[in-house]
Amino acid sequence: MIDRRSHLRRIVEVEIPVLLIVLFAIGPYAWMMITSIKPSAEISQWPVRYWPDQPTLQHYRDLLARTTFSGNMRDSFIVALGASALGLAVSIPAAYAFSRFSFAGRRLLMTQFLVINMFPIVLIIIPLFVLMRRFGLLDTHLGIVLGHSTFAIPFSIWMLTSYMNAIPRELDEAARIDGASRLQALRFVIMPVVMPGVVTTGIYIFVTSWNEYLFAMMLSGQSVRTVTVALQLFIGEFTVQWGLLTAGGTLIAIPVTILFLFVQKRLVSGLTSGAVKS
Amino acid sequence: MTTASPSAAALRTAATPYLFLAPALLVTLAVVLVPVAQTVWMSLHDYILYRPQNVPFIGLGNFTRLLKDEVFWISLWNSAWWIVLVVGLQFALGLGAALLLNQSFWWRGLARSLIIIPWALPSVIIGLTWTWMYDFNVGVLNDLVLRLGLVDKPVPWLAQPTTSFYAIVLALVWQGFPFFAVTILAGLQTIGQELYEAADIDGATRFQRLRLVILPSIADVIMTALLLRTIWVANSLDVILVMTGGGPGYATHTLPLYAFLKAYSGMEFGYGSALALVLTALLLVVVFAYVRRAAKDLGR
Repeated sequence: MIDRRSHLRRIVEVEIPVLLIVLFAIGPYAWMMITSIKPSAEISQWPVRYWPDQPTLQHYRDLLARTTFSGNMRDSFIVALGASALGLAVSIPAAYAFSRFSFAGRRLLMTQFLVINMFPIVLIIIPLFVLMRRFGLLDTHLGIVLGHSTFAIPFSIWMLTSYMNAIPRELDEAARIDGASRLQALRFVIMPVVMPGVVTTGIYIFVTSWNEYLFAMMLSGQSVRTVTVALQLFIGEFTVQWGLLTAGGTLIAIPVTILFLFVQKRLVSGLTSGAVKS
Repeated sequence: MTTASPSAAALRTAATPYLFLAPALLVTLAVVLVPVAQTVWMSLHDYILYRPQNVPFIGLGNFTRLLKDEVFWISLWNSAWWIVLVVGLQFALGLGAALLLNQSFWWRGLARSLIIIPWALPSVIIGLTWTWMYDFNVGVLNDLVLRLGLVDKPVPWLAQPTTSFYAIVLALVWQGFPFFAVTILAGLQTIGQELYEAADIDGATRFQRLRLVILPSIADVIMTALLLRTIWVANSLDVILVMTGGGPGYATHTLPLYAFLKAYSGMEFGYGSALALVLTALLLVVVFAYVRRAAKDLGR
């Protein structure tokens, strides 16, 4: 009797509120997906039809056949991969230096990387456009990758430094005594241990770069255009073709949602390390 | 084989950390520090993109112009109100969600995963989805509020100044509350069971337990999350850009958006730079507070 009452109480006090929050969280996302499989006639129906009568993949076929979308997906993929590669390549040694050496200016340099991560994008984006134009990097993959490295590098350095700090120093000191150079210690001792952190950081950069809009819009053009920029242009180009737009949105969202769910646990522990003592 | 002199070896050892840092420093110098310096330079000039031969130095001219610019003041107040509302609501909803998700029930794992989804989505999609839901003619929100009898005719959410600002606030709250939920939840999980038990033994009510036990234990996490989010919300402009472009009128203009529009559509790079610098200066206090907290870990 008491058991049943406390069970009921949990449903009312916990499960129903949680259900409402979850519905709020996934509602808009679900609505986008549902719209994308409705035939155009049902999309413009009033009052709103909540579930499609005749679900269709027509919008997806149209999107891939009639627009540049598949090319944009490729561009986004290259840019996001490039941003992760560049970010990790320069951040791993930097994080190693911050984690394992004490040197003049260490505090200052670390703070600098933290502060530039907080700069408003508008502070950087205008001159960056001028700079890229001068070097002929507008409308290239490299240009957007460099634009994304403005947030990818500081973020990676902080994440990786915190992951590396969690590895006991005795580990690489032992390797040093055995005659390993600094680079060898990093490569053969630290890297294998810190790999999960590297993967998490890499995936997070990939997702952020894939999602990014402002840099991609300023720095892209006719030949290189990422999905977010393309989708925004479609809004003007195919006015109120919500089937097409939501199909594009769904295709953009699915891969990053999966990747994000995959890394979120380790990401939070990295982001909040220091504040959350584990 | 000649051995290096001791001083050369010492020098090499001292140089090692800087060599490890060099690539990262070079790239950030090129893509962040040089552009920022250039922003400062441009803010002191009357730099208009389609007039590259004629860039006169005007000293603080852009900044004095800004003080007399009505749109600047509108954007500034919108920004302040925007930050308070968005961060406050994201926090409130995130805290509630975290407290609930810290209880035990059988589908907790699933709920914890689903709740994160808005955080993973690009702002263009957030803008697109909410624009679609706010649609005047066939939008689902109008359908819902009509069915519930809250209004008697469809509302042009994004097209009228009285609602457009709050419509975008709601979209941003949706996007950002998972961040708070997840971070606060991580903080809650570090509270030992014995603290709850002690509170129970002392006969604390649930509200007392929240105020006296839970909140103090996670104050650090909350503070860090609030500072981080304030900076982020203050800087973000892409969702507004996608949803209304700052309109109708100046109803949804915020400071970063105004700076961006001046530079991007107006081609007035000098004035846009001055606006960006003012935003940065205003944010510096928050950034400083955050950096001090984060830098506590530097020593270790």
